[in-house]
Amino acid sequence: MSQEKIIAVKNLSKKFGNFIAVNDISFDVYKGEIFGFLGANGAGKTTAMKMLIGISKPTSGEAVVADFDVNFQAEMVKKNIGYMSQKFSMYDDLTIKENITFFGGIYGLSRNQIKEKTAQLISDLGLENELNKLVGDLPLGWKQKLSFSVALLHEPKIVFLDEPTGGVDPITRRQFWEMIYAEAHKGTTIFVTTHYMDEAEYCDRVSIMVEGKIEALESPKNLKQQYKVTSMNEVFLKLARNVE
Amino acid sequence: MKRFLGFIKKEFYHIFRDKRSMFILFGMPIAQIMLFGFAITNEINNVNIAILDKSKDSETQKIINKISASKYFHIEETINSESQIQSIFEKGKVKAVVIFENHFSKNLQTSKQGKVQIITDATDPNIANTITNYTNAILLNYIQEVNKTNIPTYSIDTQTQLYYNPELKGVFTFVPGVMTVILMLVSAMMTSISITREKELGTMEVLLVSPLNPLQVILGKVFPYVFLSIINATVIVILGVFVFGMPIQGSLFLLAAESILFIITALSLGILISNIAQTQQTAMMMSLMGLMLPVIILSGFIFPISSMPLPLQIISNIIPAKWFIIIIKAIMLKGATIDIIWKETLILIGMTLFFILLSIKKYKIRLE
Repeated sequence: MSQEKIIAVKNLSKKFGNFIAVNDISFDVYKGEIFGFLGANGAGKTTAMKMLIGISKPTSGEAVVADFDVNFQAEMVKKNIGYMSQKFSMYDDLTIKENITFFGGIYGLSRNQIKEKTAQLISDLGLENELNKLVGDLPLGWKQKLSFSVALLHEPKIVFLDEPTGGVDPITRRQFWEMIYAEAHKGTTIFVTTHYMDEAEYCDRVSIMVEGKIEALESPKNLKQQYKVTSMNEVFLKLARNVE
Repeated sequence: MKRFLGFIKKEFYHIFRDKRSMFILFGMPIAQIMLFGFAITNEINNVNIAILDKSKDSETQKIINKISASKYFHIEETINSESQIQSIFEKGKVKAVVIFENHFSKNLQTSKQGKVQIITDATDPNIANTITNYTNAILLNYIQEVNKTNIPTYSIDTQTQLYYNPELKGVFTFVPGVMTVILMLVSAMMTSISITREKELGTMEVLLVSPLNPLQVILGKVFPYVFLSIINATVIVILGVFVFGMPIQGSLFLLAAESILFIITALSLGILISNIAQTQQTAMMMSLMGLMLPVIILSGFIFPISSMPLPLQIISNIIPAKWFIIIIKAIMLKGATIDIIWKETLILIGMTLFFILLSIKKYKIRLE
């Protein structure tokens, strides 16, 4: 893991009226790391992530993502990142091939690039026989893997995964994390939100958000030592109690 | 541009693979126009009537022959006294009774005036009205014929002239009406549903994170419906002309241009709705209650605006469909050119700009 910053967040805040969703957070993410962005529902992690992917304007503070400022160069940020939302984000009434062509197309890939990528992706996932099947007919686990691959079509420097493993079985989750490792190994930075604490163990570093603030930012191993516990789940509980 | 084309292709896949969309897009216009054309009509055909001829002279016989020769009426019964009227109406045998006074022919010659009474079963007021009008028309026609041969002429106490639609054909009002309803339905409802669908599925979020800008996303969603609406309008006009004999007196080009203007008005309403509604269901309800009902009730399509109470007449002014119906009726029936309908056209343009500006202002894509 290099020390080259790929995300640099400084004093970032987002207010909705009187409600402070994200309260003055600062952190860095390094190139090629798997960065876990943790927090309970309503802690502000989704709002923070939306600012980083350029679809929500910060109230104050700055953030540089893949060398572009989210305040002023949101469009450039979008070109250089991949995104997979927590709701399964492909079209059920399109075939696998049509989905790949569509998403490749909106990221500006040429016809040949799309062809190449499709072939590669299909053989990686073992979907040769399903190419012309509607995505809606696939099991959820496959949809999720496909969704992840599609988010990587344009070879982004960072990929943002918003609770990617919600609702899938443990085996598929395991396989999904293997895909994430393989991608990180190629040098892609992974920014992942999750509320499965066992998944937090797979991350290089995790940040834990509580009520709009980042309360902890460390490797899972150091966090466990610091709080003298054996699992990330206990770390999380201790942190949440402290704030209350 | 290539991105945009890819987007539109995707949109067509959605439409062509969804049976409901296909039905609304292509089944509905044809079904509606056939329904309005053949079933829901104010025209009458072979209505059963009864005759009470107290005079029984050659003139009344001529008129009765004329009535029975018309395709509108069938003389079901001839009665002899007024006391029978009640009972034949109650049996539902006839819809109207035509009564000639005593000494009809003599009165016509001496006082230059003959009296005919028309009694109709007004449980269905529209039909009753039409029957009265048609009978009057037959009587008028008779008097005109008589007057050609008689000097001095007999007096005519009513003078009715029906311009543009002398046969009072329903087709002339329902073709513009159906066209307006369908364009509203396809453009506003279908686009608002298709945009909110992406919000609901979460794909809108993915599109907004992509390098496509929000304007491209919206235009991409809307474009296929512009295309389909134009096809729909064409189908309706062709059916109107060739199946129902609707005339087009004015320029086809102007008709097309005004239709496209109205399609854009409806689309801007659809976009506005999809900005407010978060789910497909809300979008559909808003379109149906907020757009379809006013179009059907307040646009003058079915109920004439001039006979509405004043507050409703005022409200009808803010319904874009009202202005569009005025415009296309003028073009189709009167052969109007732009210098006659420029005012209505300007109102539509103004409304469209207003809706678009409002949409842009409201354009906050709220993702939870």
